[in-house]
Amino acid sequence: MRVISRRIAFYILTAVAAVTVDFFIPRVMPGNPVDAVLANMQGTVVTQSTRRALELQFGSGTTEGLWGQYIHFWANILHGDLGVSTSNGMASVTSVIRGALPWTLGLVGTATVISFGLGTLLGVLVAWRRGSWLDQLLPVTTFFQAAPYFFLAFLAVDLFATKLGWFPPSRAYGQLDFPGFNWTYISDVLDHALLPALTIVVASAAGWIVGMRNVMITTMDEDYVLIAQAKGLPRRRVIWYAARNAILPSVSGLSLAIGFVVSGALLTEIVFSYPGLGFLMLSAVGQSDFALLQGIFLVITLAVLAANLAADFVYVFLDPRVRQEA
Amino acid sequence: MAIGITEDRGGTPVTDPALAVAATAARRGRGMRLPRSAKVLTGLGMLLFFLVLAIVGPSLAPDNPAASAVTNVALPQPPSAAHWLGTTQQQQDVLSQLLTGGRSTILVAFVAGLVATAISIGVGVTAGYTGGRTDDLLSMLANFFLVMPALPLLIVIFGFLPRSGGSNDLLIGLIIAITGWAWGARVLRVQTLSLRNRDYVESARLIGERGWRIIGFEILPNLIPIIASSFLFTVLYGVGTYTALAFLALVNPNHWSWGGMLFYAQVSNAEVSGYWWWFIPPGLAVALMGTSLALLNFGIDEFINPRLRAAGLSRRRAKKAGQAVPPRRFVLGVTPVLRPSGPARVRSLP
Repeated sequence: MRVISRRIAFYILTAVAAVTVDFFIPRVMPGNPVDAVLANMQGTVVTQSTRRALELQFGSGTTEGLWGQYIHFWANILHGDLGVSTSNGMASVTSVIRGALPWTLGLVGTATVISFGLGTLLGVLVAWRRGSWLDQLLPVTTFFQAAPYFFLAFLAVDLFATKLGWFPPSRAYGQLDFPGFNWTYISDVLDHALLPALTIVVASAAGWIVGMRNVMITTMDEDYVLIAQAKGLPRRRVIWYAARNAILPSVSGLSLAIGFVVSGALLTEIVFSYPGLGFLMLSAVGQSDFALLQGIFLVITLAVLAANLAADFVYVFLDPRVRQEA
Repeated sequence: MAIGITEDRGGTPVTDPALAVAATAARRGRGMRLPRSAKVLTGLGMLLFFLVLAIVGPSLAPDNPAASAVTNVALPQPPSAAHWLGTTQQQQDVLSQLLTGGRSTILVAFVAGLVATAISIGVGVTAGYTGGRTDDLLSMLANFFLVMPALPLLIVIFGFLPRSGGSNDLLIGLIIAITGWAWGARVLRVQTLSLRNRDYVESARLIGERGWRIIGFEILPNLIPIIASSFLFTVLYGVGTYTALAFLALVNPNHWSWGGMLFYAQVSNAEVSGYWWWFIPPGLAVALMGTSLALLNFGIDEFINPRLRAAGLSRRRAKKAGQAVPPRRFVLGVTPVLRPSGPARVRSLP
């Protein structure tokens, strides 16, 4: 499978580049990040070793050359050591991220899959009924697409949580401590996840609807669809044949859109005070916790790259032409 | 086929040479114009409104956006005669903040759009025209920027940027552009690739035209719709991204922008407390600005791919115009022609 190995090589290269960017940003930016971090740590005792650790992290006050620092940076990452988080009592960045990651994966992952499926289906429908009232759906979806995710989150909280009281307005669960995986806990978590997930679905489905509609309309003009119709196949079969072909650009677009959707979803988390990576990232920015910030950037980037790779696999699986070219 | 195919330009042969010239001229004139659908007109109108707002908005603002009105209330006040859009927690006038904030938001978005489009033309057209090793390298670069999640990258960049950098609109636009050019470059590269081997480019090359001349006079003019579309797309991206960055307070929120207003609203829990007048105006402004750009983009899409246009004429309008009424549902495999085009109009001339 030459196609697949080429894609894997590309993503590995991109991952290396992402780590390199992560390494260089604190070193090329003006100002001294160590001082900024320490200025934000007033009230805690800053030991010499803390300062030293920070200096090593950001590459100031060290005699080691840039190349040596770079190798060191890689060695740390490969050992799963992303430094210490100053805003979380000097806990390791890895453990802080591990606490937030499941929430983001659960919320953003589920919402993205649902919105892709729903959006594609709606796109097929809108294309099929071209010229009917369903066309009025397009300007509406355009609005949702153009509105920032977090603004929709504001509206959702105001309407459904505050005014109507159907959903809890913030956080991921009601209890303060973890009661174990019983039904009360799970239903509580689902209850809290529903509104943010709905916001992400509504905000991101618009892109899939429009994309699928446009390809579907073009596909419907193909000869094989006309033939399928002409020989009297049931309408559902004809739609299925057309949609199967029209979905390919949507799948290849999926890998490009994931980064965008994830970015929007991170902002949604912030509005809902949902304890995922987006919320963590905001608090890291607010408290100049650069090590945590870099760590989250790395984790999100790697996750997006992995999702991209998965989407590419699906594409190769769906489209035999790609396989034959290899 | 009673849907007006006979009225198409192929229907009546134009015999008079003068008329033929007029027809070509009319067709060319039409060619450069966007389809005048309701979508495009609405989008254009809204965009103009926002541009005017960016220019005159700050001087229209009734109050200083940062000034607190002297009152004895401690809560945000709903809209009233004194404050048309209510006040914030600090008793600042929301309307003034909205009018002032538009300039920075729109300026950043357009700077980002211009810079990113320039980069994408440079990279995309070069890659598509030269091919070979250069193409591989530039495509790789574009793909790298495409798959990198932009917002986390921007958050890291702005997180390390000293606070003073956070209120320079040009700098912010420039940094956003770095993450926003790749999509346009990719589309332009593909289109350049297909144009490169057309006969007219081939003949220009045979005549001995130089590379820059072929790119500038033969290829670029044919890329204009795509360039325009990618520009609008990037401006849209710029509006959203700048608003997100300001919402995260990564740029100085006192440098008034719509995202900055949302930041203050979020900090004061406006959405949980039901202070809708505080967060709806800036959010709606961003959404409408984005909608106007997206509507214009639809117009360009329909211009590039006329099949998407078929739904443009509603039954009611068609009836009023005395044209054939489009069927409720289109037949498969046939894109009906819903409007008479150039020569049909020429025919009615004396």
